[in-house]
Amino acid sequence: MHRITARQPALLAGLAIASVALLTACGTSSPSGGGETSAATEIGEGEGSVSILAWPGYVEDGTNDPEVDWVSDFETQTGCTVTSKTYGTSDEAFSLMKTGDYDVVAASGDLSLRLVAAGDVAAVNTDLLENYDAIYDFLKMQSWNSVDGVSYGIPHGYGANLLMYNTDEFETAPTSWDVVFDKASENKGKVTAYDSPIYIADAAVYLMAHEPDLGITNPYALDETQLAAAVDLLKAQRENIGEYWSDYLKEVSAFETGDSVVGTTWQVIQNSVTTGNTEVVLPEEGTTGWSDTWMVASEAKSPNCAYEWLDYIASPEANAAATAYFGEAPSSDAACEFRDDCESYHAGDEDYASQIWYWSTPIAECLDGRTDVECTDYSAWTTAWSEIKG
Amino acid sequence: MVGDQGLVSVTERDVVAPPRATAARRISTFLSSHARARLALLLSAPLAWLVLVYIVALAALLITALWTVDSFTGEITQTWNLDNIIEVVTGSLYQAVTLRTIGVALLVTVVDIVIALPIAFFMAKVASPRLQRILVIAVLMPLWASYLVKAYAWRSVLAEGGLADSVSGGNSPGYGLPATIVTLAYLWLPYVILPIYAGLERVPNSLLEASSDLGASTGRTLRLIVLPMLWPAIIAGSIFSFSLSLGDYITVNIVGGANQLLGNLVYTNVGAANNLPLAAAIALIPIAIMVVYLGVVRRTGALENL
Amino acid sequence: MKLSRPARVTLGTITIVVLAVIYLPLLVVFINSFSTSANLTWPPPGFTLEWWGKAFRNQGALNALGTSVQIALASTAVALVLGTLISLALQRFRFFGRDFVNLLVILPIALPGIVTGIALNNFFRTIMDVRLGILTIIVAHATFCIVTVFNNVIARLRRMGTSLEEASADLGAGVWTTFRLVTFPQLRSALFAGGLLAFALSFDEIIVTTFTAGAGVSTLPIWILDNLFRPNQAPIVNVIAVVLVLVSIIPIYIAQRIGGQEHVAK
Repeated sequence: MHRITARQPALLAGLAIASVALLTACGTSSPSGGGETSAATEIGEGEGSVSILAWPGYVEDGTNDPEVDWVSDFETQTGCTVTSKTYGTSDEAFSLMKTGDYDVVAASGDLSLRLVAAGDVAAVNTDLLENYDAIYDFLKMQSWNSVDGVSYGIPHGYGANLLMYNTDEFETAPTSWDVVFDKASENKGKVTAYDSPIYIADAAVYLMAHEPDLGITNPYALDETQLAAAVDLLKAQRENIGEYWSDYLKEVSAFETGDSVVGTTWQVIQNSVTTGNTEVVLPEEGTTGWSDTWMVASEAKSPNCAYEWLDYIASPEANAAATAYFGEAPSSDAACEFRDDCESYHAGDEDYASQIWYWSTPIAECLDGRTDVECTDYSAWTTAWSEIKG
Repeated sequence: MVGDQGLVSVTERDVVAPPRATAARRISTFLSSHARARLALLLSAPLAWLVLVYIVALAALLITALWTVDSFTGEITQTWNLDNIIEVVTGSLYQAVTLRTIGVALLVTVVDIVIALPIAFFMAKVASPRLQRILVIAVLMPLWASYLVKAYAWRSVLAEGGLADSVSGGNSPGYGLPATIVTLAYLWLPYVILPIYAGLERVPNSLLEASSDLGASTGRTLRLIVLPMLWPAIIAGSIFSFSLSLGDYITVNIVGGANQLLGNLVYTNVGAANNLPLAAAIALIPIAIMVVYLGVVRRTGALENL
Repeated sequence: MKLSRPARVTLGTITIVVLAVIYLPLLVVFINSFSTSANLTWPPPGFTLEWWGKAFRNQGALNALGTSVQIALASTAVALVLGTLISLALQRFRFFGRDFVNLLVILPIALPGIVTGIALNNFFRTIMDVRLGILTIIVAHATFCIVTVFNNVIARLRRMGTSLEEASADLGAGVWTTFRLVTFPQLRSALFAGGLLAFALSFDEIIVTTFTAGAGVSTLPIWILDNLFRPNQAPIVNVIAVVLVLVSIIPIYIAQRIGGQEHVAK
């Protein structure tokens, strides 16, 4: 055992502290967001590769299931090799886009505006895309995929958040969301809801019908009072919630075992349940939904391949394959030629689609056009959501 | 330099030539006589690594806690303020979640130790050497089944109509905090068994025999001889289970029902809210808890037993 | 130790019960890997070998497995070197700040994974300005794997004592030669045990890895997380888990044999 005098280690300690201070002084600043955000004017030569960020199941190249593959055709047609990464929630995608590693992102409405505001995505010149015209009009130039008349991406498909219920528990089919709100205590401990701050909009949709005095006209444009009312409703619901879900296998397993008997769902979950004792319904108050947008990163390293991808995934055959695999309605009638289940997803049904409040990012500038009050933004919703869960 | 060459008689032929004064030799001689140089050489690489990679990263994170984020653009603005820290310390949400998390972590640790003690004792003192080896393998093997797979397996076991229901006649705890505690205790059990087993191996059998020769009952021997010697090892095991439970957010999502723990709050703020400063401020809570815990257990010598 | 018969029987029974509980969920995983239900309902509606066949052909899983093995080997190697260096320093020398260094080694594993994860993520992206990828994962894993090597090696060093090394030095061996021919052979089994634990730790790590992996890098846990989302892939995940557990018997057994020989030799 050797005894070392204090001098040398003290020197080392001093050096260590100095280097720590120096390095942290270099700053923990996030890389600056704003890049070139104006749209391209033409599609040039492919760069040879493209990096895509999307929900699981959107960019399938056969590695998961050799029969599920619409990427290989794209690669042969355009010469752009695809690398993809999946994300679990819009919030995760937001953080990932900040790294600047991706050229294309499939963004839901609760993400798209945040990306635009942060300067992470560029405007899209839809004239350059052959397949854009055929896309359903009710999906184009909406509040979640365009800003001030400028398009920021192309629609992928759309789906509604439906009410799913266990047919053994409910003798008569429910017609209203009250089974998960005011009447939730009848199924205490077996109610489920989507685990994301955006679910507050679902409470707002309910309040639009049941408490019209609050004056909510757009569930994503809530001022302080309206948000507080929605939060109260959700805190009351929390007492009856068995679990929240954010990955749909979780909800599938919960309904199959009977741990959940009623709650918000996606069509694909209903299609995946194998026990045969569940049904879905679009309640009378209306509902929220999502229409994902393919967007191009503002500092994309492969902007040309990115545009090629946008055009390809909007083409009828690819769009049909992708939307069918995930379980949502396609973006155009042409795509329905390649699918036989368009009916169950109410593809092209404008009436059905008009009852859907598509996910949008709440921002301080009220989305319903009110200028006399300031609306609550997504970070306020996130704080509220943590408080609701308790 | 020719040293003392040994015990046999040395003849002219046997004398070995002195080692050549190569550079390597000279360095070696230098190092042999300068302990400080040896220490510096040994410490420099790992210390540089740990300080550079870990301490700097931690410090940077904690500094971020003192900043804020612009909610519109999501950029971090480097305006110094204590808002986040105050929010985290005084907010009722954070206090409630912290207490809940500490409670869960403590219960998980206690459950693990209670289960680990008898099995480790059996392995170390009762089992034959061959059985011992088999048992160690049996305890270590589950570590290789993915954490996620095991957590989902528990979800299936605890589900309505699952194994737990069949075994207990319909009284499965279902998803919630009890389920979280059970699953976490299950996941960390091997990490708690190993140090306790190692600690028990170090308790010499002669001591135990002497104790029983002197007339002490099994219970007394365990209480007065084994336990005090084992204490550092138990604490060492507890460090694993406590800290792993303190920051876990995945298991809660899988079997915890609608509950959330500290780890979930940090995770949501890094991802959902994109609010790294607030997440860093919340992260201060488990850091503070663990630093205090480590400081307290340092005296017991547990850190040598990990 | 002379334990009374009832005491031994009780302990034995407890051990069996605990082992049964430990392996019960693994049994569920095993059975589910043959289940016809893609959503893993219980009890399984039917049995099939389909998933076993698919798992071995699944390119994504095999790539992820390869990446995980690569990363674990590299992290273990780094951890072995750094862990040995720091154990030698802490065990053979007494110096100011020794306790602090001891704490420093333990800190990466004592602090919750999410803290380490976001700290390293922030560090890599903003201070070092490097792309997240395999290298950053290796750095992260090596950092918290150091402690497992450290524990095993320092325990062995304590038992070893310095007499053999001093004898070697007296006989004229240089510092490196002494280490190579005297110290290292005695440390071998401790290094193997520590390395094995480090490998297991790195191989199954999910939380820190989520934050330090970049685009396109998929370790096995990340792949599993991704595929627990996908409708028809969940049973394949179970197959992989079963294979891993079965394969793990080999290195653990080897570690036991080597460690056991040392025991007997003493």
